[in-house]
Amino acid sequence: MSEFFQYVVVGLANGGVYATLALALVLIHRATGIVNFAQGEMGMFCTFIAWSLITHHGLPYWPAFFLTLLIAFAGGAATYKVVIQPLSRTGELTVVMATIALLIILNGLAGWIWSPEVKFLRSPSPFAPGDHFEVGGVIVNKQDLTVIVISLICVALVFLFFRFTRLGLQMRASAVGPATSRLLGIRVAMMLSIGWGLAAVLSAVSGMLAASQLELDPNFMLIVLTYAFAAAVLGGIDSPIGSVVGAFIIGIGISLLSGYASSFLGTELQLPLALAVLMLVLIVRPAGLFGQVVVRRV
Amino acid sequence: MSPFGANRILWRVLALAAVPLLVVFLPKAFNDYFNYRLAFVGIYFIAIVGLNVLTGYNGQISLGHGAFMAIGAYTTAILNVNYGVGIYWTIPVAGILTGAFGFLFGLPALRLSGVYLALATFSLATSIPLVAKRFEGFTGGGQGKTIALPSSPIGGLSTNEWLSYLTWAIAGLMFGVAWLVLRGQLGRAFRAVRDAPIAAVSSGVSLARYKTLAFGIAAAYAGVAGALLAIAIAFVNPDTFPVSLSILLLTGAVVGGLGSLEGMLFGAVFIQFAPSWAEHLSEHLHYNEATVQSTVFYGLILLAVLFLMPGGAAGLIHQLGNGLKRLRKWRYSRADSRATA
Amino acid sequence: MALLELENVEARYGPIRALHGVSITVEEGQAVSLLGANGAGKTTTLRSISGTVRTTGEIAFASKRIAGRAPESIARLGIAHVPEGRGIYAELTVWENVLLGGSIRRQRRAVKRDAEAALGHFPRIASRRKQQAGTLSGGEQQMLALARALVARPRLLMLDEPSLGLAPTAVQEFYRVVRLLNQQEGLTVLLVEQNARIALASTQQAYVLEVGRVAMSGSSEDLSRDEGVRASYLGY
Repeated sequence: MSEFFQYVVVGLANGGVYATLALALVLIHRATGIVNFAQGEMGMFCTFIAWSLITHHGLPYWPAFFLTLLIAFAGGAATYKVVIQPLSRTGELTVVMATIALLIILNGLAGWIWSPEVKFLRSPSPFAPGDHFEVGGVIVNKQDLTVIVISLICVALVFLFFRFTRLGLQMRASAVGPATSRLLGIRVAMMLSIGWGLAAVLSAVSGMLAASQLELDPNFMLIVLTYAFAAAVLGGIDSPIGSVVGAFIIGIGISLLSGYASSFLGTELQLPLALAVLMLVLIVRPAGLFGQVVVRRV
Repeated sequence: MSPFGANRILWRVLALAAVPLLVVFLPKAFNDYFNYRLAFVGIYFIAIVGLNVLTGYNGQISLGHGAFMAIGAYTTAILNVNYGVGIYWTIPVAGILTGAFGFLFGLPALRLSGVYLALATFSLATSIPLVAKRFEGFTGGGQGKTIALPSSPIGGLSTNEWLSYLTWAIAGLMFGVAWLVLRGQLGRAFRAVRDAPIAAVSSGVSLARYKTLAFGIAAAYAGVAGALLAIAIAFVNPDTFPVSLSILLLTGAVVGGLGSLEGMLFGAVFIQFAPSWAEHLSEHLHYNEATVQSTVFYGLILLAVLFLMPGGAAGLIHQLGNGLKRLRKWRYSRADSRATA
Repeated sequence: MALLELENVEARYGPIRALHGVSITVEEGQAVSLLGANGAGKTTTLRSISGTVRTTGEIAFASKRIAGRAPESIARLGIAHVPEGRGIYAELTVWENVLLGGSIRRQRRAVKRDAEAALGHFPRIASRRKQQAGTLSGGEQQMLALARALVARPRLLMLDEPSLGLAPTAVQEFYRVVRLLNQQEGLTVLLVEQNARIALASTQQAYVLEVGRVAMSGSSEDLSRDEGVRASYLGY
């Protein structure tokens, strides 16, 4: 039994990484109606910026962390203004293709600037890699715990922002009713641009947390994107809460799968099997676990 | 039919007839390496004509077309290497088998739309290579399978020339089939499902039937393309079919112009040559890491295409045509007014 | 100087021309109705003013030229447009809908106070502020839309077919508030209505549009006595 909880604890840390990126995907989907395939690469690129700030410019971890978030926000907002908004009139598929183009560009650019060889970003945790404590026979790694806490703080901040601030309310309004919002004097284009900025911030957090657990190279976020995308769809692509819950389900699910089934599945089949299970869930619940039907009366 | 309409069809037929002519003469006119690349253009062409049936004509996005190609390629490799089936006979088998797989895959995908379908197909693209890696005894695992490179049965042709002719003959055939299918009742049903699913249902079109059928057809095309790919490179392994191949195919279809079969020709050329143009661009910069730079340039070229011709190449040509028509009309009306004055 | 002036305004949707040179004047504090059959260009006139359709010709609001400006910047000048179909955010709560009306104002506390006051006009929805707005009935949504528009403290309120699909009692209640706002608080109102009787009874001036042109104008009282108007729009 303690083995089971051991896998759950490990899965939670991965879930946190997926949750921040999945939430970013949901924000964009709600605001722009598309899946931003470049979301993971935005996080990857920002993580390289953080690495560079720490390694080449001698910044301590936390100043580099927050400076990176600022840069991410500006970059995300600018991406909307320069690429997405001008293309949005030509149709959904064009915008999706543009995000794929961005994915390709950012991936190549990171390799160009920082070279494709593997780098390491330290963990945000003040604890050493091996530090841990035990609860009922379950070993909790303190670095993993830090990752979980940071991702939960980010998710909570995003929820509070949208729920309780005026700007958050205006952003939600712009996403669900852009035409009405403009009649009310809300600057919808600016709201969407801020939304893209926020999503970029979330993906930067996801990237920096993931890099502390994985190796940092231009492709390291692709697998995170796959799971985050799966999490967002599992939760219901327009449901922020659903995406976070979905992310933790997937994180734990993967961890259990690799823990119990790796002997006969091999490492290769983890991803296919996880995705196959996900597809089965979606066939039963096509709108995802938290996909809601809005009540409308005319 | 108006004389103008007949005229247009005539032009299209002429333009399309020019392609086989070019294909017959180009291989002889260029060097062998160019022929090799020409064969690849043909392979991509077949694949994205199929993708266009699914995405362009039926409105279902696929990020997993490369996975279908992988299935076709493995069919060829396994049949040929493990069971000694003649290499050319494996091509139709690969098409049929992959088509059947696509049809089956389309059944559950039916309930999914938009992002969900994107995820389902994307999952397929990430999973198929991993599955191939796992079942080593059957697929050769990460090592892959080596196929004997065929020599030309026609005397005086190099292998690459022969490959080029072979792919283009098959491409021509498959293009013709797609054209006929999409012109007819099936094509109308596909478009009805794409444009007005509710109206289509109420007029007796079965959504399920046509959506799965579109998946089946798209997969069959990819299967044939995959089989030809395996023959052309004489080798398959999981890394031949990365996720980026699926993305590349989708970009090709979009750049060519979704909903236009002829546009796929441009799309296939784009897939084959844009990365090397990009590489060419980056060579001038005197850096070592040409590949990462070419990736950047490929992305930038794609972005530029999206900005400058959102309807793809086919859309651009259509616009130019409209512009010409308007110009002609304007001239006529001026001539008329002068005549009356 | 009139608060709102349209001079020879033309508007088109693609190749179809919807307005062929409309000129309208709304004085400060007035309530003005636009009458006309379906397709006469009433809704398009409002859209021209709020900047949601492309126009040529002059549109001036409070002596500023507003033609060609973006809808959000026109709204920020103090024009509240309650569109046809009400434009309620079905997914948001009633209270959030009302608050969003104050998006153009800076003082948050004053916005909250005004939101309370606006809801005060409509006790029926005030008690349901935590509900999703999509669950309200058509009449309640119309009231919500009006309450939301008021929170912006507009100088000009434009209402598009507010009586459409509403129960007769709801129409009465709605127009009671509109008259109150116009007559006691001096709010300028531009009203588009199919229900000519209630529109003429609630306004001082009226214009009759026919196929994109002003066919007739005058005081609401005069128009309601006019033979032609009575035959075509009042039905007696």
